[in-house]
Amino acid sequence: MVINPQAFIDVIPFLIDGLWITLYITIFGVAIGCVIGTLFGLMSISRFRVVRFIAVTYVEIVRGTPLLAQIFFIHLGIPALIGHTFDPYITGVAIIGINSGAYIAEIVRGGVNSIDKGQMEAGRSLGLNSRQTMRYIIWPQALKVMIPPFGNQFVISLKDTSLLSSIAVAELMYSGRQYMTITFSAFETMFMVCIFYLIITIPASLLLRYLERRIDKS
Amino acid sequence: MIKVNELHKSFGDNQVLKGITTEIGAQEVVCVIGPSGSGKSTFLRCLNRLEDITSGEVIIDGTNIADKSVNINRYRQDVGMVFQHFNLFPHKSVLENITLAPKKLGKGQKAELNEKAMQLLDKVGLREKANAYPSSLSGGQKQRVAIARALAMNPKIMLFDEPTSALDPELVGDVLAVMKDLANEGMTMVVVTHEMGFAKEVGDRVFFMDEGLVLEEGTPEEVFTHTKHERTQAFLSKIL
Repeated sequence: MVINPQAFIDVIPFLIDGLWITLYITIFGVAIGCVIGTLFGLMSISRFRVVRFIAVTYVEIVRGTPLLAQIFFIHLGIPALIGHTFDPYITGVAIIGINSGAYIAEIVRGGVNSIDKGQMEAGRSLGLNSRQTMRYIIWPQALKVMIPPFGNQFVISLKDTSLLSSIAVAELMYSGRQYMTITFSAFETMFMVCIFYLIITIPASLLLRYLERRIDKS
Repeated sequence: MIKVNELHKSFGDNQVLKGITTEIGAQEVVCVIGPSGSGKSTFLRCLNRLEDITSGEVIIDGTNIADKSVNINRYRQDVGMVFQHFNLFPHKSVLENITLAPKKLGKGQKAELNEKAMQLLDKVGLREKANAYPSSLSGGQKQRVAIARALAMNPKIMLFDEPTSALDPELVGDVLAVMKDLANEGMTMVVVTHEMGFAKEVGDRVFFMDEGLVLEEGTPEEVFTHTKHERTQAFLSKIL
């Protein structure tokens, strides 16, 4: 097998198209995941057992099943049941949202639980109600704790979008596969696909480390 | 001012308070002493319902706060609390720690509340620390800020939960001095403490608690010098 140097270059326009879609799906997906995660994370520390149960069930189902199974279930399984198909891009965003939401819920729960109980008591003893104490005292401190694991989750979700290539979402991985099937330049293409993921994930990790250091200082 | 009637508190099967009945008058300083596990802190925390009251009454200014329909948030504004571990808000400056609750609860204009906070900082001797963050303060300074924070709500009653137990010995004096000033100004205070010197000097009355009951109460003189109960005697002989 001979390496074709030109293929490293020729694949780039394909991958750039795919990279945009990867970023687009990751950002919208994780944004939805933040909403879901905050909601379910707060539910999992609720006073009410039923509410906690719902949150825990959601998290366990998502964490206990492979992402690929979730993709096929939502993209193929649900449409078979209701007789209506969805655009794979919308499905893709929804899946990343549902999946990251469960992990973000755990990050939110961990963040809030990491704040000393005395903070809530101090707020309540001053006459603030539980919502005010949460908003002005617990939440700002918990957010700080949550930033590093959240960044980590963002990187994981970004890589997870590669599995959406299995339902013809033309993200980075899918674009690479398309090019590979046309040209048979498997090594060159997949090498560049990995480089493209690293172009995003390495700066993201560096930014994270920088943020962590700043948080440690404050 | 505070009337406690048959106060019971259980954590699951564990009965911590076994029926406390007592009264604390306005401007009185009551020091609560007793061995660990006797229920001192739990008793104090029932006075602002940081612990749910299992049964009995805690009547403050005529309102029974054990009653679930009472707006406990409104009532807590009148009862300041100081904790063993300070519980300052680490993400807020000293000044913001003091003004946060009054601002959010609409107790006045921003400038006016800041001015008041500065006066309180003067009172606890920490004016120059207004813009510092809690992490840069010593334990004694933290506790004095915590006292100023509680006072910012203009409470009628102040509860102190072992305010000097987490402090280095040389820092205890500053905190006790602030508390003494407060007592001299006529604040109604309930102080759970191991500082027998403070109890003797500043306390109007001393409660000795053991196994969930106030076993003995009286003036410091009565409790420390003319001790009635053997268990009080045993406790005092161990710590004095």
